[in-house]
Amino acid sequence: MSPLTCHEVIDFLGAYFDEELAPEVRARFDEHVAVCPACVAYIDGYRKTVALARRAAAREGEGEDEGEVPTGLIAAILAATHR
Amino acid sequence: MVPEPTDRDTDFAALVRGHTAPLLRTCRRLLDDDSEAADAVQESFLSAYASLGTYRGDAKLSTWIHRIAVNACLMRLRRRAAFMASAETDDCDQALGSLLPSYSRTGHRREVQPAWTEAVDELAERRELCGRVRELVQSLPEPHRTVLVLRDLEELSTEETAALLGLRTNAVKTRLHRARQALRTMLERELIEGAA
Repeated sequence: MSPLTCHEVIDFLGAYFDEELAPEVRARFDEHVAVCPACVAYIDGYRKTVALARRAAAREGEGEDEGEVPTGLIAAILAATHR
Repeated sequence: MVPEPTDRDTDFAALVRGHTAPLLRTCRRLLDDDSEAADAVQESFLSAYASLGTYRGDAKLSTWIHRIAVNACLMRLRRRAAFMASAETDDCDQALGSLLPSYSRTGHRREVQPAWTEAVDELAERRELCGRVRELVQSLPEPHRTVLVLRDLEELSTEETAALLGLRTNAVKTRLHRARQALRTMLERELIEGAA
């Protein structure tokens, strides 16, 4: 069976993270990554990107990063439900 | 004469006060428009208030109102022409252009950047970088941003996301992968420029 290319490995990344790769594809995926520093770096950055996006979104709700609630929005909602 | 508030009104007021800010953040991420996000939040609470009697308690109240808000946003997105035009095809990937990796004819990477040296914990400590990451997410084309927000930030399943967006699960997976790749490229550029 031919080895996977970088293109194929990166196309399979979503399925790799979802653990949906068929065993034989996963074996070829691992074989490629074992000898390809470029793909190792790409996968590491991909994993960090997903994690950082999540962390950055969570930080938006913390203290100084709290998103502003427009003045009057809460009052308007409460008033509308009491009509 | 103003009627006395009922227990239901008091509980609902607490729900509104406690959840307006997080709902607004979700709606802003999906709609990328502050004014429309505020409208969607208001609409969601009114819809929730009207159907409080049908709330079955099998999901947390916060989860329930959250789903109502996501649906309100998606209804609004569906009304946007660009979203409709790209909902069922992957032509929208073209909008990502140079943000997707390129390969030689033999399928190998054309441009290889060094590995990122900082761990996620270190990166997440950088407040400005976190703000920039949020901006980059917002800069993604709408079909990609929507999937990334629902899957990676709201943590809905592929199946839930597909059902909400009216897409096949494979389309959700492909679009999520492209969105992550584009975000990765933009973030890498930020990190390289920041290090220069």
